[in-house]
Amino acid sequence: MNGIRFARKGGALLLGLALVASACGGDDDDASSATTAASGSATTAAGGGVKCDDLSLAYFGALTGDNANLGINIKQGASLAIDQFNEKNPDCQIELKDFDSQGDPAQAPGLATAVINDKSIVGVVGPAFSGESKAADPLFEEAGLPIITASATGPALSTNGWKIFHRMLGNDNDQGPAAAKYITATMGAKKVFVVDDATEYGRGLADAVKEALGTAMSGSDTVQEKQTDFSATVTKIKAAAPDAVFYAGYYAEAGPLAKQLKDAGVTAKFVSGDGSKDPGFVTGAGAAAEGVVLTCPCAPPENFPDFYTAYKAEFNSDPQTYGAEAYDSATAFLLAIADGKTDRKSILEFLKTLSAPGVTKELAWDDTGEVKDKSVYAYIVKGGEIVPAQPEAIK
Amino acid sequence: MITASLLVDQFWTFTITGLAQGAIYALVALGYTLVYGVLRLINFAHSEVFMVGTFGALFATRWMGVELGDPTDHGALAVIGFLVVCGLVAMAFSGGTAVALELIAYRPLRRRGAPRLAFLISAIGASFALFEAMAVWQGRNPIPFPRLFEPKELFRFFDASVTQRQVIVVVFAVLMMVALQLFVSKSRLGRGIRATAQDSETARMLGVNTDNTILVTFLLGGIMAGGAALLFLIKDEQTRFNIGFLLGIKAFTAAVLGGIGNLRGALIGGLALGLVENYGAAIFGTQWKDVVAFVVLVVVLMFRPTGLLGEQLGRSRA
Repeated sequence: MNGIRFARKGGALLLGLALVASACGGDDDDASSATTAASGSATTAAGGGVKCDDLSLAYFGALTGDNANLGINIKQGASLAIDQFNEKNPDCQIELKDFDSQGDPAQAPGLATAVINDKSIVGVVGPAFSGESKAADPLFEEAGLPIITASATGPALSTNGWKIFHRMLGNDNDQGPAAAKYITATMGAKKVFVVDDATEYGRGLADAVKEALGTAMSGSDTVQEKQTDFSATVTKIKAAAPDAVFYAGYYAEAGPLAKQLKDAGVTAKFVSGDGSKDPGFVTGAGAAAEGVVLTCPCAPPENFPDFYTAYKAEFNSDPQTYGAEAYDSATAFLLAIADGKTDRKSILEFLKTLSAPGVTKELAWDDTGEVKDKSVYAYIVKGGEIVPAQPEAIK
Repeated sequence: MITASLLVDQFWTFTITGLAQGAIYALVALGYTLVYGVLRLINFAHSEVFMVGTFGALFATRWMGVELGDPTDHGALAVIGFLVVCGLVAMAFSGGTAVALELIAYRPLRRRGAPRLAFLISAIGASFALFEAMAVWQGRNPIPFPRLFEPKELFRFFDASVTQRQVIVVVFAVLMMVALQLFVSKSRLGRGIRATAQDSETARMLGVNTDNTILVTFLLGGIMAGGAALLFLIKDEQTRFNIGFLLGIKAFTAAVLGGIGNLRGALIGGLALGLVENYGAAIFGTQWKDVVAFVVLVVVLMFRPTGLLGEQLGRSRA
């Protein structure tokens, strides 16, 4: 709520920013489409004073509980896009309604029903996680309510034939090969040890990495969630003497594992996926976090200066993981509304044929709802901060 | 990928890390075993007694202003001071929690002559209440424990490197257990505990204050769990609201493996469990660690239904 109040005050500033941005935006595509996009969305959506009545979008995901941070990033990204739209279209004020799922799949169906029953809602940004998506998406499908998730990367989600499903980023199957490529080509590792945490996410990601590594994989092991003593795994890794260790799992275990490896004198480079891309990893790993590489299908917000400045002006904090993807997700819905689509059905049809520049990538999906541009990025821990290892995606 | 070559190559490393983990299991197992010996009750909330202890030690470092990050050169004396304070605070937190459990969750039930099942539910309820309260208060993320000293190799045992951390964990755990043994076998209160364990009716008739004795039993179990909490933090350097869950199950298993109600059984059971787990992980992969550990437990119980040592606390002459 604070953020939104803050937004009103900063409104004029934002408008100015957006205008400047659109003025600067070139018309070349590809590499700099990112820069044009921040403005592109705002200007297109601004069109010529859109008129609409009582329309809203929903944010569906955690705002409290274990994974609240990630959810708040997403909500704020979406609300920035909506605020910019409202600023330009006084006759069409879109409201963003929050549905806090706490990331809990058990709560998701009830919450989804509440979203569906609110007839003013024409699109959903979310659900944020794969587990809750599995539970809520069938209901959205039945109701014909279009969704765009900015963060759920479970590969299976797009295989259910749901027409309403859209994903703003690559899934775990895209991340695996990219991570493997980065480890072998960019980091030059010849022997890679792969560890997973036996969760649906970790196992899937590890399998994708192993397949892409081929003979470069020198060994593998599986740990458990909530495990704190990794001595057996550490001993195995030490014996295998790899150049790099890839961990497929979440930061709660990745941190201590990296730390215990360093303590045991293992010098192999530690690499992990988006599940570990969280400040919690740095806290858990301590000094061992330095130099660790983390891959993520999410683009560094620093790549998009216009978005970055606008976000910072509105929320007084730097945009974090998935913030820019959420901004794009909301923008896709706003483009539909600006195009005169005001009901769920016509917005869904609009998304199917949409092809417009977004902040992180082109807003265009294939038939299964997977975004066409599935770039994966590499990050590195430097001075206790997770920063992009390189601005461009892993190629 | 089943291979014994890794275990053969790294046998001593697996043994030493297994012993360090097993020593912590053993200390926590003592809490289960003590209470079971006296009350024939599995105190399932004991895992939370341990958890509260880890938070006690964590708070102690904050009060003393120890910061996260690389250990600055505290000097040996300061480190020992920190460890002693952390240990005492952890024991106070754990002991206090164990005593509170007895007073709030068990004694009222005993007074009313509640059926055995009621105690079990009360234990599970208390466990949930404790860790959820901690989650609401301290959050659900893992919280790192500051490193008080860098792990250094102290000596090599065959080809395995032994760090001073591992030595501290094992030696301190064994010392605590010896102290407990002496207390139970030599002191007046200890005699009360043994008498109550053997036959609480008769003990009461002979003038043993059984309510007090039971309270002391919980306190002792709590103190052991507090010691385990500090050792755990030295070794794994983090805690979390649900840290007791897995460790509690393992410690309970260790107690049963060694013979529940038997103090030396807890030691043997804990160390054996730590070793078996590690060997299993070496041969079958870490994901099979728990499977191996529990298969061993079932097999042992098949041939020795009362566990490896299988003696009751009351009959123990130690």
